[in-house]
Amino acid sequence: MGFILLRRLGEMLFVMAGISVLVFLIFFVTPGADPAARIAGRNASPEVLAAVRHDFGFDQPIWVQYLLLMKRLFITGDLTSFVNRGQKVIPSILEALPITFSLLLGAAVLWVVVSILIGVTAAMMRGTWVDKTLMVLGLIGVSMPVFWVGEVANLITQSRYHDTWLFSWVPALGYVPLTQDPWGWFKALVVPWITLAILYIGLYGRVLRASLVEAYQEDFIRTARAKGLSERRILIRHALRTSLVTFVSLFGLDFGALVGGGTLLVEYVFGLQGVGFLTFNAFGNLDLPMIMAAVMYASVFVVGANAVVDILYATLDPRVRTSRA
Amino acid sequence: MLDRTPSEPLLSVDSLTVSFRTEHGLITAVDKVSFAIRPGELVSLVGESGSGKSLTSLAVMGLITDPNAILTGSIRYKGRELVGLSRHKLQAVRGNEIAMIFQDPMSAMTPVYTIGWQIAEQLRAHRKLTKKQARTRAIELLAEMGMPSPEVQVDRYPHQLSGGMRQRAMIAMALSCDPSLLIADEPTTALDVTVQAQILRLIEQLQRNHGSAVILVTHDMGVVAEVADRVMVMYAGRIVEEGPKEPVFMHPGHPYTEGLLRSIPPMHGVRPHRLIAIPGAPPSPANRPPGCRFSPRCAYRYEPCGIDPPLFRKEQQDIACYRAEALLEPVGVQRP
Repeated sequence: MGFILLRRLGEMLFVMAGISVLVFLIFFVTPGADPAARIAGRNASPEVLAAVRHDFGFDQPIWVQYLLLMKRLFITGDLTSFVNRGQKVIPSILEALPITFSLLLGAAVLWVVVSILIGVTAAMMRGTWVDKTLMVLGLIGVSMPVFWVGEVANLITQSRYHDTWLFSWVPALGYVPLTQDPWGWFKALVVPWITLAILYIGLYGRVLRASLVEAYQEDFIRTARAKGLSERRILIRHALRTSLVTFVSLFGLDFGALVGGGTLLVEYVFGLQGVGFLTFNAFGNLDLPMIMAAVMYASVFVVGANAVVDILYATLDPRVRTSRA
Repeated sequence: MLDRTPSEPLLSVDSLTVSFRTEHGLITAVDKVSFAIRPGELVSLVGESGSGKSLTSLAVMGLITDPNAILTGSIRYKGRELVGLSRHKLQAVRGNEIAMIFQDPMSAMTPVYTIGWQIAEQLRAHRKLTKKQARTRAIELLAEMGMPSPEVQVDRYPHQLSGGMRQRAMIAMALSCDPSLLIADEPTTALDVTVQAQILRLIEQLQRNHGSAVILVTHDMGVVAEVADRVMVMYAGRIVEEGPKEPVFMHPGHPYTEGLLRSIPPMHGVRPHRLIAIPGAPPSPANRPPGCRFSPRCAYRYEPCGIDPPLFRKEQQDIACYRAEALLEPVGVQRP
């Protein structure tokens, strides 16, 4: 197990180095474009351009340029935005991270718990109206665009029904740090959590139902029955346990993508200034340093989340463990 | 009633019928099958695939879960009716009183748990044991199955073992609660020939040591010749011949049994140029011929075969064929 962990860590570093080179090449060495002009932003004066050129070492060999950029990104962290003068890029990202994480972790807990309940209920009541209703609801959840759900949720909780007993507790849009006011943090995030989770509840519920139904066709379920185990034990220890392998690998991919800025739509609708929001604004302003940093940090989290999932995978499925070791 | 049972039957199956609702109407896969198993005997249930032998054994375990299946008849275990027993009461019988092993031990074991865990799980479902005691017992059982270094193997996963070792683990699990009846559904089919013989020896030896009765479901007459005390031959959902192994092998009464025996290569003497095969193929459960189901493939077919033959007794054998009638008195379908 320790060996796998170490190896996975090495692989992770390798992938991230690869991504950094790729990002560097895209932004700095694309032929026919002056990276200095793009870093400096729109309508930059010649003095600023010259400063940027010197700062990023554009008069030096390419590998020096790469190292200089990496140093700025990960060591000194002193990349500054050229659009909003003086805005330090790295601290802005570090400030935005807790917001994205708060949104994502809450939503993930919600969608994992609820989708397991839905998937298990539907699989157990296969073919009945309960199963069919849950699956149609799941499909509706998957098909509703997340920004639309968010806007409708806002319309209901912030405007139309805000003054009723049902939604009067919903605070104004925006983020409340957990360290300042845990209860306020919770209240501010409940609606965004549900909004973000709906899609994944539908998706995961359906996937889990399918893999449970498949698991119940397996010979080992018949063996478990022949052993005289209770149906409950067969469900939890045998069917669900083996179905979790699919569930977890799906979760890793989605979680990684969401940390890397996939939460943008929800952040935007609910006025949460997370990583997605930050990247979105940077794109709008063509703020190249900010975009670069956001892309690099996003890739760190995507790769990291995948490594965590792989390790989870190995603990869940012993067959993976031996084939890799 | 003839006195053929020295002791009370452990299991008696009477007019067991398993049918399925399908798009093409009701299909009967197992048709009024009756037999009895006495304590401690090793009975082989032989037949081609589709003969209903596996379904019969699954029915005894109450493992037919298809919502479209209809099961009628009676399955009595130690005088207790199993058909229609509540799920909870059935759980106390399964794995504890009647245990089952399956054809492919790879897919029949949950891939994510060690074999020791899986054996302990069954032990703890029926016995009051601590985790530690269950594990110790699992190691003992694996040792008894002839597994080398059982204290190491106990922590291995099914995919880490060879086919033969997996089947040993499966048998260890099945025998963990000392069942009175072990149903082995094609236990050697998925294994190498050399391993097959070892597993058969093991089952035979365990049956003696534990005193369990064994129903050995197989399509392989060679396996039957190896271990069985008694043979039941199934064809197209019915038992067509039944009796102690020696007379059945020496003087098969039913043309189908005869055909099956002729299709085994002889162990000694000159090898025939070609083995004699039974012409044709077994009928599908959806369209079985009227009368004797074997008649379309039978070389001895004559007029009476248009009517379903009852079982006729010839010394120790019961035979569902009119050819036997010429010499014997009919005993009907009733069996002790």
